Parts: sequence; structure tokens; C-alpha cells
Amino acid sequence: MSLQLIFDALSLGGIYAIAALGIALIFGVMKLVNFAHGQFIACAVFALIIPSTDALAVLGLGRLPAPVLIPVLLLFGAGIAVAAEAFVFRPMRNASPVALMVGSFALGVALQNILLVLYGGRPKAVSLWAELGHPVQIGPAEVPLLQLIVIIAVGLILGGLALMLRHTRVGLEMRAAAEDFAMARMLGVRANRVISGAFALSGALAAVVALVLVAQTGVADVRMGGQIMLVAFIATVVGGMGSLSGAVAAGLGIGAASALLQAWLPTDARPFRDAFLYGGVILVLLFRPQGLFASAGSKPRV
Amino acid sequence: MVTQHMIRRRMARTTPLLLALLLLGFALIATQFGDRALARMASETLIRVAMVVGFWIFVGNSGVVSFGHAAFACVGAYVSAWLTLKPAMKSMLLPGLPDAVAAADWHVFPAAIVAGLVAALVALVSGAAILRLSGIAASIATFAFLAMINTIWSNWTPITGGTSSVVGLARYVTPWVALGWALAAILVAAVYSASASGLALRATREDEVAASASGIDRYRHRLLAYTLSGFFVGVGGALMGHYIGVINPDGFYLSLTFLMLAMLVVGGIGSLSGAVVGVLALSLAVDALVRLEKGVTIGQATFSLPPGSQEIIIAIAMILVLIFRPTGLLAGREIMLPARWVAGRNQSDK
Repeated sequence: MSLQLIFDALSLGGIYAIAALGIALIFGVMKLVNFAHGQFIACAVFALIIPSTDALAVLGLGRLPAPVLIPVLLLFGAGIAVAAEAFVFRPMRNASPVALMVGSFALGVALQNILLVLYGGRPKAVSLWAELGHPVQIGPAEVPLLQLIVIIAVGLILGGLALMLRHTRVGLEMRAAAEDFAMARMLGVRANRVISGAFALSGALAAVVALVLVAQTGVADVRMGGQIMLVAFIATVVGGMGSLSGAVAAGLGIGAASALLQAWLPTDARPFRDAFLYGGVILVLLFRPQGLFASAGSKPRV
Repeated sequence: MVTQHMIRRRMARTTPLLLALLLLGFALIATQFGDRALARMASETLIRVAMVVGFWIFVGNSGVVSFGHAAFACVGAYVSAWLTLKPAMKSMLLPGLPDAVAAADWHVFPAAIVAGLVAALVALVSGAAILRLSGIAASIATFAFLAMINTIWSNWTPITGGTSSVVGLARYVTPWVALGWALAAILVAAVYSASASGLALRATREDEVAASASGIDRYRHRLLAYTLSGFFVGVGGALMGHYIGVINPDGFYLSLTFLMLAMLVVGGIGSLSGAVVGVLALSLAVDALVRLEKGVTIGQATFSLPPGSQEIIIAIAMILVLIFRPTGLLAGREIMLPARWVAGRNQSDK
């Protein structure tokens, strides 16, 4: 296996892991499978450009220098997610997980069509940080600078989150809520704060994914969050619903599998890569229906 | 002696009858009093009834939301296209078809049946894997299945034509053909949900753990309902293809999934009548919104909604229903005749 392949696998897996974490965080605190996550990503992408239905994209927010742009976009993503929670999911707080899931699906459709009305349906070219595409020589491999930055950033984000969840009060409350929400509330965890916090974090992670996607592909497309959200879902299921570390591990694994399939499949079969990937996931689940890292209490005993 | 139980059973039997009358009335009004556009709308609505009732057989009885049923519609539509298109046309559009299929020049009705059967087979095979998962995880897996079918259909160009459309399907679907299939779906759905398997499946919907503890094999009943439901959604897909005359994989993807779910949620996921009423209500709403998007002239002023607002409004309506009336318009009740109408004469007590 070449060094190049390892970098591909790590950077793709890292992005999937970040997206999966965004979904697992919300699932953990309120048992909501957030089908609008992909549209959170798309919204953050389109926040970079000025609304118009013209074919040519004009950078708005995207023209800010990176040290300003990154925090602003993260705040934007967090803001969208918190607003979605306040207007859609808070009134549904006592609904069943199925109803919540259907509600988030409807929210996703609404957001996608709002983007369509504002920006038109055609994909637009966006050049954000084009200089990051230059390759860097590492040993025998040529790696785009962006890939390196992605890998490092993912490492920092995952490390930071792990520290936060383990050592701060908010993190403790979040982990307690994910374990047993009713019990956590009885012990004095404030439900609204924890849930808003989880949504804010999840939205910020969606914005991270959005930045990387735009810098990688140079395109803004209304549908661009969909595929990555699907992989993130699969990662949360494979990792075991509700397990944060499981979601991250599965995200990394799926990214790696996807990079390997891309490299090893015969050329004719490459367009079907995703079909192989999803088929493989269903196979894995046949043997571990509870996911790879499910907690012991996740299945009621009969 | 007529027991309470017998009365309930008789009442339950009136449900498909009343729904059939409702749809018959709808078709009659649309074809006799409406314009051509209204008659087309009626066919489309009745096709959706067949599809959504098929969808309900699984989702309504099991309580597991499926995001994958649009894939069965896709399979059904393409199977019917493969079987009914003229061989000359197929050799041009779809050169990769196996010889037997490439030479087929079937009548549309057996093609619709086979389309349903193939979709049911796909449902059986995929369901055998997916339905082993618990509720929410199964929903996500059906979503992955939908994406898988869409990826295959968009890239398998010699067989499916890829992302370019397959054209020239015989447009035979009148409101009456669609009505026939809608009634068949309603009948089968009513029979299934009154059967022992339907009852067992609804028990798992209400309380999974208690049902398994009572010895109900959740997996088997779910798989049966999933397969049955795949058949009607497949037929619905075939009808939809022959109604429009043109099919492509993206016509059977997220927007169809969304529409089917929205209809079920608005009408009420808990009852067959809810599914039918949801289709009628949303189809009328969508039709009105599409007309508004085209523009309505009142006096001097023409005013129109921006394109795309139809889906935004439907989505917002769906969220509002979920918040304020989570059980849908019918709240899980069935439309049926009142007890005293079916109780018979010797019902003096009570």
C-alpha cells in the first residue's frame, strides 16, 4: 500500500468521522436521527457566496481572510442548527424518535428548496483557498497541502472534543445525557442547555465539513451534503447508535474502505464504488446488527 | 348472539368499501366535471394512492419508517419499461439487455404484474438483510439501500440508460386503470392488516419487547409486510412511468420518498384511511400550488409563487402537522360505518 493511499484514506475518513460525529452527538442527547444535517452542510457552503440565481458565483463571506472566515462560518453553522432546534425540534421534544426523524427529513427538504429558490439549481464554481491544492513532497508521495491540513485539523478537532467531553462540565453533562437522558435531568442536568449545546457543536462540525468540501471540490451544489450525510448515517449505525467513539471509528473505517475500493476496483466497476460500499455495510450489519461498538445496554433483553 | 368482537370485525370490513366509494366518487367527479388537466391529476393521484397504500402496508403496520420504497418504484418502472418497449427501440436505447428481455414485447398488464413481482423479490432479498436491524437503524439502512439502487441505476448505462431518460413508454394509464390498482392495493392492505400476521406486526409496533416476549417473531412478520408492500410500490412505479411516458433514476429518488412520507404523515400513519386521505389531501394541495407557481391572474394583476416554493410549503405543512397533530388528520382512526348500522337486528342490549 502506497503512502499516497494512506493519506487519501486518512483525509476522506477524517471528513466522514467529523460528519458522523455531528450526527451521533444529536442522536446521543435526544434520539434524533438528523436527516437535515446534509442541508446544514449545504447551507454553510452557500453562506460563502452572495445569493443570486446567476451561473457565476460571487464570493461574499468567502472573501474574508481565513482566520476570520473560519470562526464566522462555524458560528453560522452553529446558529442554523440551534435555530432548527428551537423552531422545529423543541416543540417536538416529546415525540417518538420516528416522528423526530420524519420531521428532520421535512426540515431538510425545506432547507434544500429554500437554497434552490435563492441560488438556483445549477452547481457553481467557487474558488476558496485555491493555493492549498499545491502538492507537497513527503517521502515518495506527493500530497496536496489541503489533505495534510485536513488530517491535522481533524486530529485537533477530535482531540479537542474528546478533552472537552471528558474534562469540562458541559462535556460531562452531555455524556450523562447521552447515557440516560431522564436520569441526567433528575440529577440536575439542564435539558435545554445540553440539547442546544449539542446542536451548536453539530452545526459547527457541519460547517467544518462544508469548508473542506468547498476547498476540495471548488463547487457549491445544493445537493452536496447528501452523500456525505448518508455515509455519516451509515457510520453511526455501524459504530452502534449513540456511541460517539464508535461513530468516529466507523467514519474513519468507511473513508478508508472507500479510498481502497477506489484504488483497487477495476476501472469498469469504479462508478459503482458507493454501491459496493453500502452493500458491504449491510453485510457487516448482518453479523453485528447492534453495530460494532454498541453498549451492552442498547438492546432490551427479552 | 352478536358479540362486541363480531361487531368490530364487521365494522373493520366496511373500511375498504367506504374508501373504494370515496375514490370512485373522486374519479367520477374529476373525469365528468373537470377539464383534461384535472383528469390527469386524478390519474396521478390514484397512482399515488396505490403506491402510498402499498407503502403503508409496511410502515403503518410495523411503525418502522422506510426511506427505501422509492427504490422499489424505480425497479418496477424499469422492469415494465424493459418488457413493454418495442424491441427496435430497446436495441437503440438499452443495448445491454439480455436477449430474452430485448425481444420481449409484452402487453402492459402482465408487465405491470411482473414489475410488481420483481420489486417484491428485491424487497424480499434486501429486507432479509435490513429488517434484522432494530427500528431506527433499519430506517437508516433502507436509506442506504435507496442510495445503492440509485447509484446502480444511474451508472449501469447499457441496461438502464444511466442518467439519461428512457422514453416512449406506452401511456395507457387512465384514471380508471389507476383506480383499479388503487382498489386492489386497498383490498390487500385491509386483508393483510386484519390477518394474524398484520395483528402480530402491529403488536410489535406498540411494544417491541412485550411482543417478542409473547413469542411474536418480529423479523418474519416485518419481512412479509415489506415484501407485500414492495409489490404495490413496484406496480405504482410502473404505472407512474407509463403515466408520464419518460423515466429516469432521479425521478424515483428523494423527492418521491419525501412525497410518499409527507402523504402518510399528514393523513396519519396509524390507519389505512389515513394513508388514502393523506394522498387525496396532499395531491389537491400540490395541484393547487403548482397552478399558483404557474401564475394566477386576478383582474389586472398576475401573481405567482417562485418555483420550488411548492416543496417548501409542503415541508413546512408536514412539520406543523408533526408538531400540532402528530397522529395526522385521521389520528389513527379508520373510516367505517357506525356500530349500530352493522350490528344486526337482535342487538337489544347495549
